[in-house]
Amino acid sequence: MSTSPQRHLLARTLTLIALVIGALFAGLPVLWMFAASFKSNTQIFAYPPRLIDESFSLASYIAVLTNPQQLRFFFNSYLVAGLVTVFTVIVGILAGYSFSRYDFRFKNVLSLAIIGVQSVPPITLMIPYFGLIVAFKLYNTYWALILTYMVFTLPYAIIMMTGYFNTLPRELDEAVMIDGGTSFTILWRVLVPISLPGIVSVGIYTFMLAWNEFLFALTLTRTNDMRTVPIGIQLLMGQHSFEWNQMMAMSVLGSLPVLLLFLLFQRYFIAGMSAGSIKG
Amino acid sequence: MQNTRVSHPTKDARKGLGNIDWERMAKRVVPYAYLSPTVLLLIFLSLIPIVTVLYYSLMDNVIITTKPPSFVGLDNYIKILSDNRFIQALNNTMVFAAASVVAHLILGLAFATLLNTRFIGAAPKALFRVIYILPWVFTASIIAILWRLLLNPNGVVNYVLMELGLAATKIEWLSSRQLALYAVIFINIWAGYPFYMVSFLAGLQGISDDLYEAGRIDGANSIQLFRFITLPLLKPIILSLAMLDFIWTTHQFTLIWMTTGGGPVRATEMLSTFTYKLAFSSNEFSLASTTAMIILAISTFVAVFYVRNQRLNRD
Repeated sequence: MSTSPQRHLLARTLTLIALVIGALFAGLPVLWMFAASFKSNTQIFAYPPRLIDESFSLASYIAVLTNPQQLRFFFNSYLVAGLVTVFTVIVGILAGYSFSRYDFRFKNVLSLAIIGVQSVPPITLMIPYFGLIVAFKLYNTYWALILTYMVFTLPYAIIMMTGYFNTLPRELDEAVMIDGGTSFTILWRVLVPISLPGIVSVGIYTFMLAWNEFLFALTLTRTNDMRTVPIGIQLLMGQHSFEWNQMMAMSVLGSLPVLLLFLLFQRYFIAGMSAGSIKG
Repeated sequence: MQNTRVSHPTKDARKGLGNIDWERMAKRVVPYAYLSPTVLLLIFLSLIPIVTVLYYSLMDNVIITTKPPSFVGLDNYIKILSDNRFIQALNNTMVFAAASVVAHLILGLAFATLLNTRFIGAAPKALFRVIYILPWVFTASIIAILWRLLLNPNGVVNYVLMELGLAATKIEWLSSRQLALYAVIFINIWAGYPFYMVSFLAGLQGISDDLYEAGRIDGANSIQLFRFITLPLLKPIILSLAMLDFIWTTHQFTLIWMTTGGGPVRATEMLSTFTYKLAFSSNEFSLASTTAMIILAISTFVAVFYVRNQRLNRD
């Protein structure tokens, strides 16, 4: 570096200041959400506002977690997001394998269709889905959500898995072939085990998309025993006269699964996040 | 995705053994077999629904009606395109999407550059990165109520602004016709920039240090290095991110629905909320299908450029 020590120090200080300002912008709202979830509802808009005040308690968490209605929202969300993830990963692996290792008619058309589906607005699909789901007698069931969620989780999973399989050398396949293995053996015994990091990324991203979905859950379910967490939070808004502290506690609890996935599997999470835009 | 190669010469070498045709047939079916669940899902979840919504948009009296459906041609399109509510929703959506995309690009690039700095160590960098990605972790409905809390007239944002002397009275951010659109744009910016940042960070880390070193030897300053090395190399990522984000932002429903519901008096009405209301509040399924087709057309138009850009990147 040709810069003088003073200039280096100045640049370092400015960078740090900018970093801290950015962190406040990103982090303060989140911090405020956590803080509000521990307050009593009367203290939410206290003047002057304080991060932690004397009303600090776990009361709002206890209120949410002892309410069978809210617990049902969480159960539904875990079940739907979990099953969507399992199905998406399986179907995505099979399709990715086909795209990566085979040459066939309609390959171009299909891959274009899969990329194209990503840009179809959910609101456009919502009206015909409503009709289809009612016609198939799936309205207000878990299947209504699981099936429709796959329209936006699957394209991403296929693109990601194809990309991942493409990085694995074909010599692996050929070795298994010579040993008399079938194409399914290649996939199941060889490619899937070494693709685990890619599969984890796909799984995490899929889970997050499914956990967060709002529009289809709003239109394709009707009764409270079928509602998911994002809708449950909206219901909380209407039910009482704005129990802000409970809404924040529910938000914290509702964000926990994705937050934990993010903190524990940061590398995979970020890989999944950027794959959508760079590969494709 | 188009990685093509002739597969398995060992098998082809067995030609002429009698049962070869059968085997080749079977082999030809294999890729389709693997793709069959995908194709089925695509047909039921995309193809049929899109054809259905197109059909609805050309009909009158669909789904919930007392009269039988009748073909009306482009009447619904003419009706919608001359509807002021639609024009306003279209305008709002374009402003919302354009402002979000530009701000996302700038913030994402700025934060990525900051995180890519050589001035601080790896550990603080990792910590800052976690904090910067945080907004991405929260779902739109949670972000919506969080910002309703923060932007409440009695909330902490107004408190800070008044303490700093930047506001004289409590501002009604989300219930003012003048401010609501800017407020939801701001919320969307906050919620969406990490996606850009992460992608840019990956892009920046892919740029070789040698290029910068060479630039510095030639006497370039940091701004010139950024302008002539970083930006051109990031251009493909910038383009595809901007197009993807534009598409996604025009689809945004939850954030609007849970902050303003499109109000006050349609000030933040978007194509998505307008379509939803047409369908599920007014039972105007034909007209809703028409606006749904228009949103699809806009997205497809952008998506064509996106796919083309992706293709170019691959070559």
